[in-house]
Amino acid sequence: MGVMDKELESKTSYSGKKIVNDFTLTAATRNGTGSQTSNNVLVLSLFKMGIPVNGKNLFPSNIKGLPTWYTIRASKDGYTARPSSSEVAVVFNQDTAAEDIQKLPAGGVAIVPQEWHWTHSREDIYYYEIPVDPMVKEAGIASELRERVANMVYVGAVAHLFSIPMDIIWQALLTNFSGKEKPAKINFDMVQRAYDWSVANMVKQDGFSYEPMPGGNTGKIVITGNEAAGIGTLFGGVQVVGWYPITPSTSLIDAMFDHQALRKDPETGLNTVGIMQAEDEIAAIGTIVGAGWAGARSMTATSGPGISLMAEFTGLAYYAEIPCVIWDVTRIGPSTGMPTRTSQGDLLFIHFLGHGDTRQITLLPGSVAECFEFGWRALDVAEVCQTPVFVMSDLDLGMNNWVSEPFVYPDEPINRGKTLNLETLTQFIEEKGEWWRYKDYDGDGIPYRTVPGTDHPRAAYFTRGTGHNEKAGYSERPEDWMNNLRRIERKINNTRKTLPQPVVKTMPGAKVGILSFGSNDPAILEARDRLAAEGIATDYMRVRALPLSESVMEFIRKYERVYLPENNFDGQLAQIIRLETSESTQHMVSLPLGDGLPMTAAWVVENIKKHEGK
Amino acid sequence: MPPKAPAKTNALGLTREDYKGTKSTLCPGCGHDSISNQIISTTYDMGLDQHKLIKLSGIGCSSKTPAYFLGRAHAFNSVHGRMPSVATGATLANRDLIAIGVSGDGDSGSIGMGQFKHVMRRNVPMVYIIENNGVYGLTKGQFSATSDAGQTLRYYGKNELPAIDLCMEAIMGGATFVARSFSGNSKQVQTLLRAALAHKGTAVVDIISPCVTFNNTPTSNKSYDYGKANEIPLHEIELIPEGWVPDREEIAIEDYPEGEVISVRMHDGSFVRLKQAGRDHDPRSRIGALTLLENAQMEQLFITGLLYYEEPRPTLADTLRLVEAPLAHLPEEKLRPSKETLANLMTEFM
Ligand SMILES: Cc1ncc(C[n+]2csc(CCOP(=O)(O)OP(=O)(O)O)c2C)c(N)n1
Ligand code: SF4
Ligand SMILES: [Mg+2]
Repeated sequence: MGVMDKELESKTSYSGKKIVNDFTLTAATRNGTGSQTSNNVLVLSLFKMGIPVNGKNLFPSNIKGLPTWYTIRASKDGYTARPSSSEVAVVFNQDTAAEDIQKLPAGGVAIVPQEWHWTHSREDIYYYEIPVDPMVKEAGIASELRERVANMVYVGAVAHLFSIPMDIIWQALLTNFSGKEKPAKINFDMVQRAYDWSVANMVKQDGFSYEPMPGGNTGKIVITGNEAAGIGTLFGGVQVVGWYPITPSTSLIDAMFDHQALRKDPETGLNTVGIMQAEDEIAAIGTIVGAGWAGARSMTATSGPGISLMAEFTGLAYYAEIPCVIWDVTRIGPSTGMPTRTSQGDLLFIHFLGHGDTRQITLLPGSVAECFEFGWRALDVAEVCQTPVFVMSDLDLGMNNWVSEPFVYPDEPINRGKTLNLETLTQFIEEKGEWWRYKDYDGDGIPYRTVPGTDHPRAAYFTRGTGHNEKAGYSERPEDWMNNLRRIERKINNTRKTLPQPVVKTMPGAKVGILSFGSNDPAILEARDRLAAEGIATDYMRVRALPLSESVMEFIRKYERVYLPENNFDGQLAQIIRLETSESTQHMVSLPLGDGLPMTAAWVVENIKKHEGK
Repeated sequence: MPPKAPAKTNALGLTREDYKGTKSTLCPGCGHDSISNQIISTTYDMGLDQHKLIKLSGIGCSSKTPAYFLGRAHAFNSVHGRMPSVATGATLANRDLIAIGVSGDGDSGSIGMGQFKHVMRRNVPMVYIIENNGVYGLTKGQFSATSDAGQTLRYYGKNELPAIDLCMEAIMGGATFVARSFSGNSKQVQTLLRAALAHKGTAVVDIISPCVTFNNTPTSNKSYDYGKANEIPLHEIELIPEGWVPDREEIAIEDYPEGEVISVRMHDGSFVRLKQAGRDHDPRSRIGALTLLENAQMEQLFITGLLYYEEPRPTLADTLRLVEAPLAHLPEEKLRPSKETLANLMTEFM
């Protein structure tokens, strides 16, 4: 008996059980070999079968050669967080093969190229082998395409082993290639070949399979957060975009180029939005600040290093009260090393960006649908509040594929805020006998502005950062400056009520609260179910904007303990809360992570249980 | 014929006073103030509508000056060295605006060198004025990148680094109009500004503008004395607006013998007429302009005038294929695609 028997036992117990639509497959390949198409096709296939699915790319900072992993989680219960382990491994990278196989749980599955003659070092898992190189050679594929198409071999094997219908694969390929049959066909032929070979040569031993869930995804879409944000911004009526390439934000701008047709004037075919690649992030932000000042809706997208370069301009725009929108698709800290790893580490940096006293408005989307919504809404907030608006997404949300309900069309017309044109300025001056750029006429801290080109002798004003009075005249008088500071404080504080409010989910009898934001959402939702099953009921508040809503402190007061899981090492949301309150927050437990990977439910459960003494 | 009395009002019925800004706070005698005056005179003479103009600047004594002219135009005193990007965004937002950018040699030649070159590479339509005093005025007298090798300053001693010629950089960067002038030569400054305002594209005017406080010793080649004694204007230069009859009798353009006169037709239909003054230079030659500047640097010559001119190429708004109407004026229906469009788009992701 001993070890051997135990392993055998677990193998049998696992294989005895059928596991349908509730397991994770990880494809381990080398970066730059085109495996993205194969993985995308698998995700789309499961989606088309109606199965709740989420795909995550864990990729290196490298163009070609380094190991990359793609995890595809099928979850009949609809969980989309990164799972802590994978049951099925497509082992297509020899450099990591040993480790990839080692990581499999007992009863797991490894799919390996036959020509490697890999030793079956584990007895508690299932090995399936498939002749990749010979099959690709036999298919007579042009040599330059071979490497890419080779990855289609595992799609064929997976289709057979876990029952994905071939017509679904074909549909998925068509979607992947935007309906272009030619590339879809080249890839499909390879899948078919691998599928046929697998049917003839592989004996199914494991218990995993996919089964269609009719209607499961009807009407739903699959999209990345960056595409959603780019499209949302176009629907928000953005007019000037200045940007500089940086992972993981580049695909947000790419999406805007892909969909620029949405914003072509039907009569002339000319663009109603200018998208300009700048020479650096300073020029990108300078361009959108200039555009915002001159009356256009403007935005940029970047990541941490770019935010650093934008500090001076966004601080100036905060004080000169110029609207513009800055998307920060966050990644781990300074270059170089882990720029392709996700993080929520820029929260404090963004919120306080600028020299002097600044509290920048920051929206925090937690889903692709919110990426779309905040895409258009941020432009409204910026113009209404006359200030820069940051939107902090992250690599996980931005670059990975998520299933979502179709996006909801903006339910409010475009709001240009208190911007006076010739007519309204004339009227304003008639009524009030004056118009001063930085005077608080409405008591909400938001002044009225004009834009250049307004044909009125009193429309012009002089824009500078500090050193101005209500009339936008030069002043270094302390009382003028304090007056200005207090008005801006009023303006920013008022947004606590008007920005997107937190989303709260409750359970009966909860004594524990969870407070978080952004892409941690799926992990927390799953963790709550698991905790509830173990007798820990929780209520959950997901914050969606800074400055914080007043309801945040109310939420914190309500519970015996409040946990703050967040994906940065310093617990930055917890810090912001502690900065803002003089009340005791001793019952608030910061759970910071920041390991470069999307949060898992297991991590949340484990940490909360530990603190709860269970 | 006796000279006519100066006109009290211009074509718009406005006085010169209407083109002024607030009172200058620069040191009395600062070259920058005289440039502000030339801007006032030029725009007043041209009868420009101030609401169509925008004034943009970086940081420095020079960059403060937009407060001192064109008080009825919107202005933006932005951040050090980044005025070009603000101009880029503002002119994209509203392509009908006429942008006047004011910068210094520190602002453009050091911290802002990247933006300085990229704005002209994109051909952002603007007049880019450098008020070049070879020193950082506002931070009290440090060397700038245009300070000549060998120049000495009170606190910082001798500069041992070569100077950067911003006109050369502008030509290399892709500017389509490049001129140099001297703030002591008001007539030339005005004519060049006029031509620059008529130009469609980035027009760079590098004006040597003495800093009386930190860099005006007679040995400094950015001083008044030096400029007055050594300026070599390339041409006698005149701008002839379309259909405009010169009111100053002494200028009889037709009298210039052919061959010595170069006429350059500007975008708005006006002409710049250049009469050679000693040196043989055709501003339409890029290599000629670079050679001229190279020689000027080697021989320590202070050459002023229109150095380089190129037929306008597409401006940034053209390159980005923007609609003709100013973006900032587009109504909501041009900005937000319809509900059906979104619904159709969603099916692409199903
Ligand atoms: C980012 C930044 N760094 C430094 C400064 C300080 N600073 C203000 S003006 C100036 C130099 C200005 O020189 P120049 O452009 O030649 O203008 P001048 O005052 O000579 O007209 C510097 C370094 C600043 N304002 N911003
Ligand atoms: S310090 Fe020099 S540049 Fe500045 S205002 Fe005085 S004279 Fe002019
Ligand atoms: Mg200077």
